[in-house]
Amino acid sequence: MSVFEIKNARKSFGDLEVLKDISVSVEKGEIVSIIGPSGSGKSTFLRCATMLERLDGGTLTYSGHTVAEDKDGKAVYLKNNELRKYYSEFGLVFQNFNLFPHYNVMKNITDPLLTSKKATPKEAEEIGKKLLEKMGLSDKADYYPCQLSGGQQQRVSIARALAMNSNILFFDEPTSALDPELTGDILRVIKSLAAEKMTMVIVTHEIEFARSVSDRVIFMSDGVIVEEGAPDDVILNPKNERTKAFLKKFEEI
Amino acid sequence: MSFATMLKELLTGLATSFGIFALTLLFSLPLGLVVAFGRMSKNKIISAITQVYISIMRGTPLMLQLLVVFYGPYYMFGISLHPTYRFISVIIGFSLNYAAYFAEIYRGGIESIPKGQYEAAQVLCYTKSQCFGKIILPQVIKRITPAVTNEVITLIKDTSLAFTLSIPEMFTNAKAIAAAEKSMVAFVAAGIFYYIFNLVVATVMRKIEKSMEYYN
Ligand SMILES: Nc1ncnc2c1ncn2[C@@H]1O[C@H](COP(=O)(O)OP(=O)(O)OP(=O)(O)O)[C@@H](O)[C@H]1O
Ligand SMILES: [Mg+2]
Repeated sequence: MSVFEIKNARKSFGDLEVLKDISVSVEKGEIVSIIGPSGSGKSTFLRCATMLERLDGGTLTYSGHTVAEDKDGKAVYLKNNELRKYYSEFGLVFQNFNLFPHYNVMKNITDPLLTSKKATPKEAEEIGKKLLEKMGLSDKADYYPCQLSGGQQQRVSIARALAMNSNILFFDEPTSALDPELTGDILRVIKSLAAEKMTMVIVTHEIEFARSVSDRVIFMSDGVIVEEGAPDDVILNPKNERTKAFLKKFEEI
Repeated sequence: MSFATMLKELLTGLATSFGIFALTLLFSLPLGLVVAFGRMSKNKIISAITQVYISIMRGTPLMLQLLVVFYGPYYMFGISLHPTYRFISVIIGFSLNYAAYFAEIYRGGIESIPKGQYEAAQVLCYTKSQCFGKIILPQVIKRITPAVTNEVITLIKDTSLAFTLSIPEMFTNAKAIAAAEKSMVAFVAAGIFYYIFNLVVATVMRKIEKSMEYYN
């Protein structure tokens, strides 16, 4: 059974059709990367997948639970109080971290556990400690986000998402807001998660990283999936002209 | 009148001024938040009504508003109210007026919080009210404290407008003493008291601001 499935997804902003009939299904333990030119709808796809935006049409399913169903070409969502239950199915790591600035590092991780997972302070603290150690940030537990580098902030935000123990993690360009010398840190962290078979969907401009970490690569352009398959096939031997053109631009850089 | 008697009357007045000040803050700070929500409401009617309310409160003299609150019930509906209504109407007038100013400050603060904070909270399964109470409001408070301090200091001086309804606050008493004694001393003393009151409040507000400087 898929951990996450979106079918015939359509989404427009006014007259602009951003997602045109996109279908993606992700199995447990699978790592899927999404690449594509700027403005092709990758973020919009992730935002629909994490219910920050609502689909116009299509179905959305987490671990077999359908939260949005297509009725006559219109996506019909569960009622809000029903829908709430499924927010814990997934986690999202933002491009610009979105840490809570008034909470220290530890509280950024524990507060969601206390608030929405009804964890005890002791449990939350233990989870927090474990994850900070994993992220190499044990000495930063009492720091505030503004006292950390971008790379450290992003590691905290990954720890915060991991703490929720959801079935699938989405990443929207997790390294784009970082200085080049810091991207390596984050990519290593994601690779270590991949080694643990964490189910992940990663939107990225790091083509080489996508090739090495993913089980499957999706190339998106103008709101459609142009090509998808094994990383070596899509990235080293693209079949579609648009994929070729996109990858060629990257080689030039 | 001895100097001591004069001081005593002024200080009694100061206690009343402080009462007006504290009660106004007690009611207008929360009411302002409600008005701010109304102003930001997606419901066009609610938003329009609060917009008109804010514009009237800020666009007409507070002194006039006090008179309307006090005399309104009698002139408009023939209701004669208990003598204590004099003080109550001062609190109502001040609270309604300051709520409008605070509402605009809250709104500015709330709108300045990045959308990403709401989104992060949503993805981390906070309910809307948990998100507002735990994530948004603390950051709003930090951002608006300087603007609130300005209003609070203005309020101290505005309490003297209660003389319009003959409330025996410090300014009313100072005026009476000055007239009876044909002397400026009472005014000078009242000025000094207002100034000290302000200094204390400004110091407290500065402390509050400082306590939130651990992050930005
Ligand atoms: N809330 C919105 N309102 C209107 N238009 C939007 C909105 N969000 C995105 N768009 C438009 O939708 C299109 C796709 O945007 P999206 O952010 O999904 O692209 P992307 O593939 O993530 O690009 P990038 O690689 O630059 O992040 C763009 O043309 C964008 O301007
Ligand atoms: Mg994007």
